[in-house]
Amino acid sequence: MKLELRGITKRFGSLVANDHINLVVQPGEIHCLLGENGAGKSTLMNVLYGLYQAEEGDVLLDDVVQRFAGPGDAMRAGIGMVHQHFMLIPVFTVAENVMLGHEQTGLAGKLDLDAARAKVREISARFGFHVDPDAIVGDLPVGVQQRVEIIKALSRDAKVLVFDEPTAVLTPQETDELMNIMRQLRDEGTSIVFITHKLREVREVADRITVIRLGKVVGEASPTASNSELAALMVGRAVELTVHKETARPGAASLVVRNLDVIDPLGLKVVNNVSFEVHEGEILAIAGVQGNGQTELTEAIMGLQPRVSGEISLNGEKLTGLSVRRILNAGVGFVPEDRTEDGLVGEFTIAENLMLDRSDSLPFVKNGNLQLGYLAEFAQEKKDEFDIRAQSITTMAGRLSGGNQQKVVLARELSRELKLFVASQPTRGIDVGSIEFVHKRMVATRDAGIPVIVVSTELDEVVALADRIAVMYRGSIVGIVPGNTPRDILGLMMAGETPTGVAA
Amino acid sequence: MSDTTATTAPSANEPQKAAKPETPRSNQVLSEILNGNFVITILAVVFALIIGAVLIAVTNEDVQKASGYFFAAPGDTLGAVWQAVSGAYGALFQGAIYNFRRDSFVDGIKPLTDTLTFATPLIAAALGIGIAFRVGLFNIGGRGQMLIAAACAGWVGFSFELPWGVHLVIAVVAGIAGGAIWGGLVGFLKARTGAHEVILTIMLNYVAFYLISWMLRTPGLLQAPGSVNPKSPPMMDTAVFPDILGPKYNLHLGFVFVIAATIFAWWLLNRSSLGFQFRAVGENPNAARVAGINVKNTYVQAMLISGGLVGLAGVMQVLGTVTTGFSAGIDAGIGFDAITVALLGRSRPWGIFAAGVLFGAFKAGGFAMQAAEGIPIDIVTVVQSLIVLFIAAPPLIRAVFFLPQGKKSTKLKLNVSKEVAAK
Amino acid sequence: MTSTTAEASVSASLETATIKSWKAPIAYAIFSLIAIILFVVNGRDGTSRFRLSSDADVIQLPAIDAPTRLTCVVVVVLLLAITAYATWLSSQAKRVPLWLTIIFAAAFMWAFLTWAAAGESIPVTGLLLGTVALSAPLIFGSLGGVISERVGVVNVAIEGQLLAGAFLSAFVASVTGNAWVGLVAAMVAGVLVSFLLAAFSIKYIVDQVIVGVVLNVLVAGLTSFLYSTVLTSNTPLFNSPPRFPRINIPILSEIPILGPVLFRQTVIIYFMYVAVIVVWWALFHTKWGLRLRAVGEHPQAADTVGIKVNATRFWNVALAGAIAGFGGAYFTLGSVGGFTKEMTAGAGFIALAAVIFGRWDPIRATLAALLFGFATNLQNVLGAIGSGVPSEFLLMLPYVVTIFAVAGLVGYVRGPAASGKPYIKA
Repeated sequence: MKLELRGITKRFGSLVANDHINLVVQPGEIHCLLGENGAGKSTLMNVLYGLYQAEEGDVLLDDVVQRFAGPGDAMRAGIGMVHQHFMLIPVFTVAENVMLGHEQTGLAGKLDLDAARAKVREISARFGFHVDPDAIVGDLPVGVQQRVEIIKALSRDAKVLVFDEPTAVLTPQETDELMNIMRQLRDEGTSIVFITHKLREVREVADRITVIRLGKVVGEASPTASNSELAALMVGRAVELTVHKETARPGAASLVVRNLDVIDPLGLKVVNNVSFEVHEGEILAIAGVQGNGQTELTEAIMGLQPRVSGEISLNGEKLTGLSVRRILNAGVGFVPEDRTEDGLVGEFTIAENLMLDRSDSLPFVKNGNLQLGYLAEFAQEKKDEFDIRAQSITTMAGRLSGGNQQKVVLARELSRELKLFVASQPTRGIDVGSIEFVHKRMVATRDAGIPVIVVSTELDEVVALADRIAVMYRGSIVGIVPGNTPRDILGLMMAGETPTGVAA
Repeated sequence: MSDTTATTAPSANEPQKAAKPETPRSNQVLSEILNGNFVITILAVVFALIIGAVLIAVTNEDVQKASGYFFAAPGDTLGAVWQAVSGAYGALFQGAIYNFRRDSFVDGIKPLTDTLTFATPLIAAALGIGIAFRVGLFNIGGRGQMLIAAACAGWVGFSFELPWGVHLVIAVVAGIAGGAIWGGLVGFLKARTGAHEVILTIMLNYVAFYLISWMLRTPGLLQAPGSVNPKSPPMMDTAVFPDILGPKYNLHLGFVFVIAATIFAWWLLNRSSLGFQFRAVGENPNAARVAGINVKNTYVQAMLISGGLVGLAGVMQVLGTVTTGFSAGIDAGIGFDAITVALLGRSRPWGIFAAGVLFGAFKAGGFAMQAAEGIPIDIVTVVQSLIVLFIAAPPLIRAVFFLPQGKKSTKLKLNVSKEVAAK
Repeated sequence: MTSTTAEASVSASLETATIKSWKAPIAYAIFSLIAIILFVVNGRDGTSRFRLSSDADVIQLPAIDAPTRLTCVVVVVLLLAITAYATWLSSQAKRVPLWLTIIFAAAFMWAFLTWAAAGESIPVTGLLLGTVALSAPLIFGSLGGVISERVGVVNVAIEGQLLAGAFLSAFVASVTGNAWVGLVAAMVAGVLVSFLLAAFSIKYIVDQVIVGVVLNVLVAGLTSFLYSTVLTSNTPLFNSPPRFPRINIPILSEIPILGPVLFRQTVIIYFMYVAVIVVWWALFHTKWGLRLRAVGEHPQAADTVGIKVNATRFWNVALAGAIAGFGGAYFTLGSVGGFTKEMTAGAGFIALAAVIFGRWDPIRATLAALLFGFATNLQNVLGAIGSGVPSEFLLMLPYVVTIFAVAGLVGYVRGPAASGKPYIKA
């Protein structure tokens, strides 16, 4: 089926998320939609899928104009979607998830689960998926959950299949398998839209490439284009994929982690016997696919995890068992992974957010009273220093763009006396300008002699920043390697394999 | 879904936003008044009163009689409607603000002091509930906290012979402590076990009610000696709030306490370190936890303070409103009315103060209306709950009054359903 | 096959560790202590008689006589043994199973009954019969609560739905002289309250708990106002509804103990049996139930497969109101007849407690409601035989039990994931 988007325009208030976008996807073609986070790719696909209504423009299938009032209409027309955040109900079985929305029923509306099971088995067999129809989705690993999403779309006879950032949660090996599935689907005649911001994947699988930036189509490219050509199109100027930094001059081991276990509420060891050291003046990057224990590891260092055994010490001082407050006071700076959920109070002003983790002591509090005069002065100073773009220091943090929100978090953490700096996914979902800024500040922090830990799932960022790299897989550290380790070795390690010759 | 990522898009190469000059503060205030909460609040009250008027009219017997021959003489029906509604609201006004039928100003103004008297416990309890709201906690346990507080204060008030002044202070402190403990228990259970405070407070209301009921009918506990009724002995004079405007008026010292409580709540929420932590937890408990604020302790502290302030309302009831001995109905529904007051005041101390005075006026006027026109006081409950529903849904009010739909929503910003993961 | 090995579960293959929970043993210990103080230290002498049949029964069972003090001591020893076992389980990091809690509760209740009935006799049939009847509004209310919360709207307005149902059924049944019409009116009343709940929480996105609480106040005020102005103005015409008679189901009603308890009831109770089974079956085995649960768990996912989230919520909240309103009719048409001010007296909140205690499952919620009905009726029965137990403490029981339940005694309580959260599309 041929898909055509003609002049699609979608606005959110004053923001134009999609500005007259044209796109044609031929049957049996993998068409890559390449763009930065926030370029408007997902918005465009949600328009296509009927989740949003466009202000202007048409969606055409086989040259017929379509009107989608909701996803139901889009699905009936033959469009399927594999969502970035899986649209699966965790407490339902695979079969229930697949049948939801187009259930076959028997007597008195009784669900025909057998038919759904058969459908799951049939599609699984076609692609070699091995998915148990009666497994509870929430118990399945993410790679399998994604296959359930694919089965769900195919069970509705989708002729156009949209993959929205499907590789974010996959290991390099799983990514390769997904590429194979996409090729197999294409060869069967399905039109595929593949949304991503990862250049390597685009070049590997795409038949055609459309690049969008700031809501507009900025050009088409062929799969033979080089990385830097694609990147330049994507961000609108030549980007530096590397960060300028001097060679590290590591000092003494400062943070020492020994035999650390973290147990989640279900009793699973999400961090399993992890040991490492971070020296003064070096950046240790923790690489790995999302969900392999990195989040829990940083939370354990911060005292945010309730069930931790093993030992964490900073400059000889034991951190395990201390409250978050005591750990912060010990000089640990922390940029949490999810800044809107854990890093900021959206309904607080920039100024209030800047004192958030020093809410009970000098200089912001004296005898239980807030020192509002001092806070205003301090906030104004930090707003200028960290180039936080907002009307004033009384602007609500929730109104800021992602990059500016992250600058608020950085400003808060870096204006304390630090002995350790931990940043989790510090550049996720922020604009290029802010990324550069964040990276520079992190290198500057290192150069000031402070040990830095950065957790990132983006290999580019890991390679650009790290002096040493620890790769995590299923809660354990696979190995700790020098910062200049080749990507393919890192990729193997992210899948849990220890390549020969790698020393910790 | 993806609009969060979309909104971050333009900042990449966007011209400096900060270059835009800031709107002058006076303009902001003006637009806030015209478009924002203030007009909506007024219109919500008006709309609720209109619905109340409809109820009064259709249940009025004269109106019903006249409507039997509506088409013969529609004027009769309309006249009867006017009679019923104007009579009711006239009585409401005269009972709440100023009674024109009295000769002197001194007598005529008495209703206003009654209004303030009724407002006194309402404001105290609503301050407690409002503070809990700001921490993201929904304290529906006003009834239980008031009952326990009333029992504690009442017990001190009728059992001990103490000097004037000391007695009152000890009774007040005992009552506040009782309310704080009953509220703090909720905070403690929530912090330790993750139980939802809405369920806990509802359940503890009934536990308190039955506990106090039992104590009130058990000699040697709270029951008046020699009595068979479930009622306590009267308060001693030394424990009673003195009238502050002389014996002619009912307004008692409790009102001064309430002004002090409002100032305290304002300082706590806007100027203190504890209040900063309260608000941080209320807006985003996860971020607060990551920032080193002990969320669980905050819940306990907030519920202690909330329960204490609600307890103060219970104290006002036994030492100010009903000093001749109390029964298990001493809370008089204030625990629930206070929720509406806190919502109407948008959980801000001075907003609550104003809302409390308004609802106090409804109550004072409602009794006058019941006495003069025979309209059940329950109509006041109806109007109050309608007001709260309406202010919570500004788009509805805008639609009813043909106002343009504002872009920014001024809905009640409360996240009582939001939970921090119990870890 | 390489694909399966490569994808082998991240979470499923992680090593597991053990988490110890001491909640259950602590709760058992508290109740054991109460039992020792009440039944042994404060023990009573005499004989407690449990009557299993009434004179009207065809099949007569003999009464059971238990020596009070001995029985109490034996049961307290049993309670202590269970507590010790639970402590051992916890120290081994094993879960304390639900059936142990049920045995513990039953044993405690047995000791309590024996102790309270020293020198008296307890009509077991009457106790259970009243339990079923008194549970009816709680069960209807909790079914409404389960449906509403499963679809993602917190329903604190059950009390209001019950009260509105009681009011309108009394009024309409009086005016028409027909209890069946009253029953329909009760459902309409519940639906009206639901419409407000749904409109404010779904369309205007007001916090659902707040809407619920305010609606309860509104309904209480409105029914009281109309009661004073309309119903009392002409009680024979407006507030004297006919009541449903008791119907004995042939044969079934002659089964010892169970027959009189379950099958000598009014038609409302028989509707209740049907409602519980239908709601349970439909919730887990039909398209309606699947979609309803999907919307309550993950509304976005439901939306992306073409289910209209807000419409689903709206109409199911309305359905929940109809069921709860039906329960409200029990207060008037099923028991006392006329409407009185605030006659539901917190039953809606007990129903809400049953929803949570029953973990959002229709069957479990029904059992919880029966437990609470039992406590209420126990107070009536003990009051009648004059056992000297302060009735307030029995009335308190459902609430105290619920506090223990939400505090974690019944294990990890997890409601529908999206309950209470409005669904807002761009």
